[in-house]
Parts: sequence; C-alpha cells; structure tokens
Amino acid sequence: MLEHDILIVGGGLAGLSAALNADPKLRTAVVSKVHPLRSHSVAAQGGINAALANNPDGRDDTWEKHAFDTVKGSDYLADQEAVAVLCREAVRAIYELDHWGVPFSRFPDGSIAQRPFGGAGFPRTCYAQDRTGQVILHTLYEQCLRREIPFYEDWLVTTLIVRDGRCEGVIAYDMASGQILPVFARAVVFATGGYGRVFLRTTNAYINLGGGIGMAYQAGVPLKDMEFVQFHPTSLYGKNILITEGARGEGGYLLNSEGRRFMEDYAPKSMELAPRDIVARAIQTEIDLGRGYENGYVLLDLRHLGKEKILKRLPSIREICLNFAGLDPVETPIPIQPAQHYSMGGIDVDPTCASPVAGFFAAGECACVSVHGANRMGGNSLLEAVVFGKIAGASASAYVRGSHLPPPDEAAARAESLNLSERLRKFRDREVGENVFQLFDRLKILMSEKAGIFRTAKNLEDAIEEIHELREAYHRAFIFGPSVRYCQELIVMVEFESMLDISEVILLGALRREETRGSHYRRDFPVRLDDPWLRHTVVTKTKKGPAVGYRPVTLGTYEPKERTY
Amino acid sequence: MAKTFKILRFDPTRDDRPRFQEFVHDPKPTDSILECLKAIRDRQDPSLAFRYSCREAVCGACAMSINGRISLACKTIVRNLEGDPVVIEPLPNLEIQKDLYVDLAPFWKAYRFVEPYLRAEGEPPAQGHRISEERMEKVLPYASCIMCACCYAACPAAARDDRYIGPAALAKLDRFRLDPRDRRPKESLEKVDSPAGVWGCDTVFRCNDVCPKDVRPADGIEALRRALVARKIARLFKRDK
Repeated sequence: MLEHDILIVGGGLAGLSAALNADPKLRTAVVSKVHPLRSHSVAAQGGINAALANNPDGRDDTWEKHAFDTVKGSDYLADQEAVAVLCREAVRAIYELDHWGVPFSRFPDGSIAQRPFGGAGFPRTCYAQDRTGQVILHTLYEQCLRREIPFYEDWLVTTLIVRDGRCEGVIAYDMASGQILPVFARAVVFATGGYGRVFLRTTNAYINLGGGIGMAYQAGVPLKDMEFVQFHPTSLYGKNILITEGARGEGGYLLNSEGRRFMEDYAPKSMELAPRDIVARAIQTEIDLGRGYENGYVLLDLRHLGKEKILKRLPSIREICLNFAGLDPVETPIPIQPAQHYSMGGIDVDPTCASPVAGFFAAGECACVSVHGANRMGGNSLLEAVVFGKIAGASASAYVRGSHLPPPDEAAARAESLNLSERLRKFRDREVGENVFQLFDRLKILMSEKAGIFRTAKNLEDAIEEIHELREAYHRAFIFGPSVRYCQELIVMVEFESMLDISEVILLGALRREETRGSHYRRDFPVRLDDPWLRHTVVTKTKKGPAVGYRPVTLGTYEPKERTY
Repeated sequence: MAKTFKILRFDPTRDDRPRFQEFVHDPKPTDSILECLKAIRDRQDPSLAFRYSCREAVCGACAMSINGRISLACKTIVRNLEGDPVVIEPLPNLEIQKDLYVDLAPFWKAYRFVEPYLRAEGEPPAQGHRISEERMEKVLPYASCIMCACCYAACPAAARDDRYIGPAALAKLDRFRLDPRDRRPKESLEKVDSPAGVWGCDTVFRCNDVCPKDVRPADGIEALRRALVARKIARLFKRDK
C-alpha cells in the first residue's frame, strides 16, 4: 500500500515550494505526470515581483504599493487580506530563492535587478534574463534533491478520494506499469497548474489540460471565479509561444498596420505597459477594425532597443523568434496576437490554501485564493506559486500534525480504482466510436470562438449547448491502442472529462456575470457594475449539474475606483 | 508537401524487437517535428507514444533522433529538414520504454552524483547576496541548460562507458563552482577527478554541437579539468615548502 503524510500533486513552482516547506519530519512525496523539470513553470519568462526597491527608479517602492497595484489590476475583485500576504511575503521569498541559488540578473551594485512591468507603479519585477521561470523551477528541484524528497514521475492522478468530507488520498495511473491504484495520504496538496489547452490559441504547454481543477470539482470542491481567463497580449503569431511582457518592459512598442503606437488611444499614460486585459483588448480591437496584418496580428517592435540590449536582456525571445518565426527581432518587428495565458479562477481556497474539504489544499494557478481577482498582474504568477506553495506546505503539515485521523478506507479506495479501470476498459472494448483527440479539437475551437476576449450572452449560450453535445460524444469515445503503458490516449481520455467540466463552469460564470470586469468583457454589458457584481462566483458540482453561488469580496484599505491607466 | 515519417515503434512488454512504421502526413513548412508527431498520433494512430510538454524548447521533454541528428522535436522545423522520409527514433544509448519514450534513469543518476544543488548555509542575507553582473553572466549560460539529455545521448564516451557521468552533469557542477554563493568544500570537485568524471571526456565536442540551448557543456568540462590541475599543482608547491 502506498501511503504518505502529505502528497503533493504537481511538480511546478507551487508544488516544489510546498514540498520544500512541508515539515521535514513528515513523509512528503510529489506526484507528477511529467518529470518536474518539464512542468509549465519553465515557460515563465519575464520575472517575479517583489518590492525590493533595488531599481534606481524604484527606491520608494514598498509592499503596500505592490499590493495597491495588484488590487487595482484585479479590478478590485482580489481579496485584500490575501493580497497583503502575497506582497508582504514577496521580499523574503525572493531572498530565499536567491539563497537557494536562483541566478537572478544583477544591477551594477550587485543587487538583484528589477525591470518595469505592466500596471506597476515601480520597476519591481526581478528576473534572470528572460528565463526566470526556468531557473526558479530548476533551483527548487535541485533543493528538493538535496532534501531527498521522493517523486512519483510519469504518474497521472485521476481522482481525488474524498470520504465524509475528508480527503484520504488520490487514485493514480502509473504510466510505466499501466496500473491504476490508490495512493493514500493524510493531506493532499494540488499544485496542478492551469487549463490553457481548453483554448485553441494559448501560450500554455501541451500538458496543461486542467485535470487537477476538474478532479477537485468532481470530488465536490467548489471552483471560484472561473470566468476570469487571462489573454496575454503578446504571443507569437501562429504558434502562440509567449513573448514576455518584459519585451515591453524593456521598451518595446506595439504598432498597428498604420505604423502607429495605438496604445495611446487606449491607455495614454501607461501605453504598452497597461495591464494585460487592457492591452489584449486593444490589440484584438485593432485587428478587428482592420488595422492589423492578415486579419490576425499586430507588431511588437524591439529594433530601437538595439542588439546589445536584446542579447543581454531578452536572449530567449530572440531565440524563439529565430527558431519558430525565422526572423531576428534585432532587425524585424515580431508579429504578435493575444492568446489564452492564465487562469485567475480555480479551486476555492482560503488564504491558508485550505479548501472546504478537510485535508485538501491547493496552491498556484490551479487555486483561487483570490489574489488576482479579475485580472492578474504580470510577474505575480511566479510569486503566487512560490508564496502560496510555501503556505500550502505549512498548512498541510499543521493539519497532519494536529489531527488524529482514522486510517483510510482501503477497500473503498481499491474498489474506486477498479471502477475507473473498468470504465476505461469499456472505452477500450468498443470497436468504433469517437476519437477523443478530435473531440478535444472541437472543444478548443469552441472555447476560443465563444468565450474569448469578447463575449456575448448569445455566444455563451450556444457554447453551453455545444458542451452538452460534446459530453454525449465523449461517452461514445473509444481507445485505439492495445497497450496500457505510457498511453497518452488514456491520459487525454481521463482529463477530457475535466476539460468539459471546466469549460462548462467558465461559460456559466461568464454568462451569469452581466458586467465587464478585468479580463471578462461582455459586449452586451460593457461596464463594471459593483452592485451586485463585486463578488466572487462559486460553482459546485451537484447531481443536478453545476450550482452557481456568490460570495462577497474581502475589501480593505483600497476602495473600488474606476481603473484608468 | 506530404512527407513520409518513418517512426520507430517498440513496446518491450509486447514486441520482440523494434520496428519502423511509416506514416504519410502533410505538414506546413513551419510545423515542428513535434507538431507532426502530434498530428500523426491524433489522426492516424493514437497509440503512438512520445514525451512532450512546452513545445517551445524550454522544458527538454522531447529530445529524440531526427534523421540521425539528436535534437528537440519541437525545435526541429520541417522546412529545415532535407529529404524524405523523415526518420524518427528515440534517443540512442538509453533503454526504450515505449516507442520514443526512453528511460533517462542513468542520466538522472549521473546528475545526482555531482550534488546538483547550491549549498548555502544559514539564513539568506537581509538584503540578498551581492554578486557582480560579470560573475552572474558567467553562471547564466549554464543556467539555460534544460536537462534534455541531448548531450548525454550524443556523447561517444557515455555510449562506450556507462560509468561516465557525461556532459550535462559536469557542466552543472561547473555552474556551482562558478557561483559565489555556493559553499561546497573545495575537495568535493575531486569526486569527478576520475575516468568516470572529467577525464572520461573524449573532447570531440559532440555535446556542444547538439546542445539545443548553446550551453557548451564541453567548456565546463575543460574548466573543471583546469581547476583540478591547478589544485594539484598548488598542493605540490605546498608540499615543497
């Protein structure tokens, strides 16, 4: 029987931070469907925010100013006590990462360098060139090796085991053996990342299917604010590989087909460094009005930065452009278009990362505390993963230490594993049926077309209809391959159910929310309405389908105001 | 233009030996080999198994052999490939788990051997470590290593002698040697003062050639050799005194 005190699901920044901050006396393990170094955290480029006040233009920065920018950026939907935790802990978190070996770029005085980012009053984004996520992930993994934390690699968690309102572990698919079996744990921490691949155009890795969020939902844990989906303004046209906000932070311009810096029409003060929701909408509007190129993109011009600065500060961006677009940004502007990037919503947790289910915690992109509200600030996602990952590790440890838990119901868990194997065998036994990869294609086109940057009631209603059709089709799906080992078909088969659930919750939340706030833009309700919509959407799965409820936002120092940039 | 993709298939629990299977697929010239593999899997044979994640050459999951050249499938673009068919095989010198999945256990074992973590003791300094820009610029190229194992698979010395820990692990050690925050004892370098360590390298620089991130691991191996020799000479002088 596989058994741990704390089982962390996901080996990205949040998961590894949780592992490193769990009580070392407890038996902690990390499960990941890929090797931890393949986690999507590697793709974060531009940086991580903390009010270190190292930048000569940012000497007056404080964590409170960081908190204000975050709350304003969130369109006031973030919970202000949680934001205070995020921003206050940021400084210590950065120095700890530095002490563990993260090779942050430096200023001439030897201090950690900081660059400007969108929507921020001061240059407070710490970075390692333009590969910040990669170096932090590698560093945390290295420290996990030092601590000899055990990993289950190539294991896909398929089910969260909840009995009598308490989490007892997970059911997992061991890809190497093909077995499906329970892994018991006194506390489970989900750090499973986002669901970007639910959309056609996304900056996310192929593996970001949202399984963790869906599994929590299926186990009865509520999801919060799922209608808030971040579209990053600048992804490489066609491939949708992220082109960091740091490119604009370093001084890059956005140009339409008339050669004009069109951001002056949308955010005259902040220009290219307005928050992401505003810049993404501006770009899409330019394209829709025929001021883009080929009906699909505008230009990000870095040429005036000069070769030296590009090579020093943005080497990966140059590498991405050379390799994937065949152009050199030193000489040619980069064709860019908005693409899904991040989920502000997620598993409903409080500022200690605890969910309503005892023993079940979540942190990072899969969770919604909420610190991002309706729109996340650039440079706050790595920070959230690190700070709340640590909190989740500590909370799970305290829970395990402080409770006398009865032994898990082993027989029931085994029955549940068998049940899943049986369900998957049914998919396999069919002679004909739907190809799950093709259903997947239909889903992501649907979500991009109907639940993208601009939304209307009609589109959202149509999309919900189509989700029901896809669900019907999914029940007719079948598995082609004979082998159960390293079966990616099986993974997609399991996760596709989550993708359908997530999509439905996004669409429902978006349809009900008859206002425009942050990333959620309703063409039929184009203004923010604090009465009644200054509240969180909370959706719970019931036998009769999703039940939509609402909860007040925790306000604080900063009163909701109109957002101007 | 449609191309033939000759892909190695093997499930050691079911098949006697590996075999090639041919698929015809019509990619865009801008597609990557990873996109081709996904299209073939999604539309022709959902049982085809290969590792992937980021699709932008930063996670290191999709290293394989493409027309005999070891690289990342996501970074290899169709228009840059000559000839037809395109031959796709798993990384060489490693055990096949299924199709293009290989067992990287020897690679990770070698990596762990060098104690690949920064050793700083105590609490972080209140204002962070002060490190010069120049020093950090020396560390950063190594930090762009994504542990894809291309260098390890391409290394003739590692192919010949499975005790040799290979280029990535040695480069990682040099990365920590160069980092002023690292407090590992100086004699810990002697761990790699052996044929299984720095002296196992053939200095044919295959690792530098195949590295998809331009890390130049062989330069790290040479630097470690120089550091070890310098230590020996210093010790000789001490003995003379």
